[in-house]
Amino acid sequence: MLQLSSNSQVAPAATLVDLRRGDTATLHGIDLPGEDARRLMELGFLPGTEITAGRSAPGGDPRVFQVDGSEIALRRETARLLKIGPTRKSKKS
Amino acid sequence: MSDCNGCPAAPVLEFPGRKGAVPPPARVAVIGPPNSGKTTLFNRLTGLRQKVANFPGVTVEQHTGVAQLPDGRETWIIDLPGVYSLSPRSEDEQIAHDVLTGQRGDTPQPQAVLLVLDATNLARHLMLAAPILALGLPTLVILNMADDLRKRHGHVDLKALAAQLGAPVALISARQGEGLDQIFEFLSGAMPKPAVRELPVLQDVPKCRAWAGHIGNQAKYHPPAPPKWTRRLDALFLHPVAGVLVFAFVVIAVFQTIFNYVTPLMDGVKWLFAVSGNWVASVLPESLFRSLLIEGVWNGVGSVVVFLPQVLMLFLFIGILEDSGYLARAAMIADRTMAKVGLQGKSFIPLLSAYACAVPAIMSTRTIENKRDRIATILIAPFMTCSARFPVYTLIVLAFVPKGKVLPFLSTQTVAMIGLYALGFVMAVFTARVLKSSVLKSGRTPFLLEMPSYRWPTLQSLGLRLLDRSVVFLRRAGTVILLVTVILWVAAHVPFSHGKPPSLANSLAGTVGRTIEPAIKPLGFNWKIGIGLITSFAARETIIATLGAIYGMDSADENNLDLQKAIHRDLTPGGAVALLIFFAFAMQCVSTIAVVRRETGGWKWPLVQFAYMSVVAYAGAFVAFHIIG
Repeated sequence: MLQLSSNSQVAPAATLVDLRRGDTATLHGIDLPGEDARRLMELGFLPGTEITAGRSAPGGDPRVFQVDGSEIALRRETARLLKIGPTRKSKKS
Repeated sequence: MSDCNGCPAAPVLEFPGRKGAVPPPARVAVIGPPNSGKTTLFNRLTGLRQKVANFPGVTVEQHTGVAQLPDGRETWIIDLPGVYSLSPRSEDEQIAHDVLTGQRGDTPQPQAVLLVLDATNLARHLMLAAPILALGLPTLVILNMADDLRKRHGHVDLKALAAQLGAPVALISARQGEGLDQIFEFLSGAMPKPAVRELPVLQDVPKCRAWAGHIGNQAKYHPPAPPKWTRRLDALFLHPVAGVLVFAFVVIAVFQTIFNYVTPLMDGVKWLFAVSGNWVASVLPESLFRSLLIEGVWNGVGSVVVFLPQVLMLFLFIGILEDSGYLARAAMIADRTMAKVGLQGKSFIPLLSAYACAVPAIMSTRTIENKRDRIATILIAPFMTCSARFPVYTLIVLAFVPKGKVLPFLSTQTVAMIGLYALGFVMAVFTARVLKSSVLKSGRTPFLLEMPSYRWPTLQSLGLRLLDRSVVFLRRAGTVILLVTVILWVAAHVPFSHGKPPSLANSLAGTVGRTIEPAIKPLGFNWKIGIGLITSFAARETIIATLGAIYGMDSADENNLDLQKAIHRDLTPGGAVALLIFFAFAMQCVSTIAVVRRETGGWKWPLVQFAYMSVVAYAGAFVAFHIIG
């Protein structure tokens, strides 16, 4: 297991799933086995990185996330395992 | 790579004035993350001299080509699979890793590396530079997509970057053909080993990313503005309502075009075969040889070749969708269905490519790390409607579905074709569901799909695809299908009695057909269709060649290739539907069986798969014939 600094001071359950379109948050940890976490990290999902939620497929799943200059689609079941810090709402809405 | 074993000296052309010049590398590997434009560059460098090398007994399909340097010398270019890192986890990464480190017996270690990175996302892509430079091979770091970087106001200091990496750097645009001279210069030059200042611990991803970020900063890398048009187009293509409508529109438009606007081209090819066949018949004296040529080659192979325009149109559309970046969005929209049947996102790409052909699709399952998921994907891939089924479907749909309109913009034949494609997909999904909830149950691995920016497909890349497909299609027609038709012709002309060939019904082929007739009668097929079914197990579209040849022999009007009318005489509507269903479900493809055996490492899975698909095909056809009659 790869738990990276998940000492969250905010809402303990906040994960990428909680982000609405346009919202941004900092990634705190990846709650996935080492190999899977590595994959995510290679694509830019590193603890400490800013992640912005983008559009989703109809029905809300999967959703595109803007991270480290790329756009990566994740399923809800995976996004649920990526812990985040406090959310910053988008300026638009 | 047997072609390359003796090649260090072979392809080098020595020119009189060049004696003593540094010899160019014999082999250069192209590597980079997915979507970095590796293959576009490969095509640019090798032009039309590339070939898909498929080495029997080896689990690699590598693209190898020859690049000609400006001074006339040649270099072998090896295109490796797209990877994010060199730590071998999936089979794909293992291949890249083993080739680069010289651990593959079949591929000698490359003497230099072209590392292709996306200039619009340099900070992250530079991570791959660490393990590559650590190999110590002479490396040219290629920053691709220079045009995008400029357009979106990004910037990078190439000199500073080269100094940091200790390796030469080239900023190019493979799509536009810009900056390629720098690559040729590197390949013709002395090619020094890289002298990188410091490398991070390769196993530590955060450290690698920090290293890449630091190098980016030193090179004053300024990332480009977010792609405006991509966001705008996604607002449409991923819109909850409009997105689904666009998806449906794209699917309908593809089939509608193929059916209603490509038919004249098909008629043109048909006409060419009829005219040339008549001419050959008129110049050759009456003989068995003439009969073989006309009935076997012209009527048989010709009736398959007439479908070339439609198959090419299908690949043109697939090419546009893929190159433009829309396919990744389509994958996203369709992902819910994948998830429901327990398949992971990574299965999606192989399944999509199975619409072209199951063989490369099954090979591309190597990107799936989970063994059980990989086998499940291999087992359902042949249900996807491959391009070999396409001519068979087209023939029967054109013969049996009356021309008409369902909606003003939607013809009945288009609907029938979309229905057939859906049928294969539903069967695949059903099978996956059964497998994943029983024998191949496994834990989930995360679904990760990178969304590329939208780009205009280039004519060059589309042209190369079509050329590639034409070669594959015609090669099949000229080898497997020709061979089967010649064997069939012989079987239809023996045994001789009183010095004359028998009637078709009494020939060897007819006897075989009539022997299996009791088994296929319940599906509504007669013995002639039966002969076609037998030959179609070599390759699906062979049934057309077979029927073309059989009806040609059977009727007086030899050169009339009107298969549609002939098949209409021999099948009831129920029999036609049964035949379509049989082709949708049966595993009639020797190449697929061979590749499944190779990829699963034994006969167990291909035999299970063959038995299952045959039972489903027979049962489906039986039910259809008895309901419709």
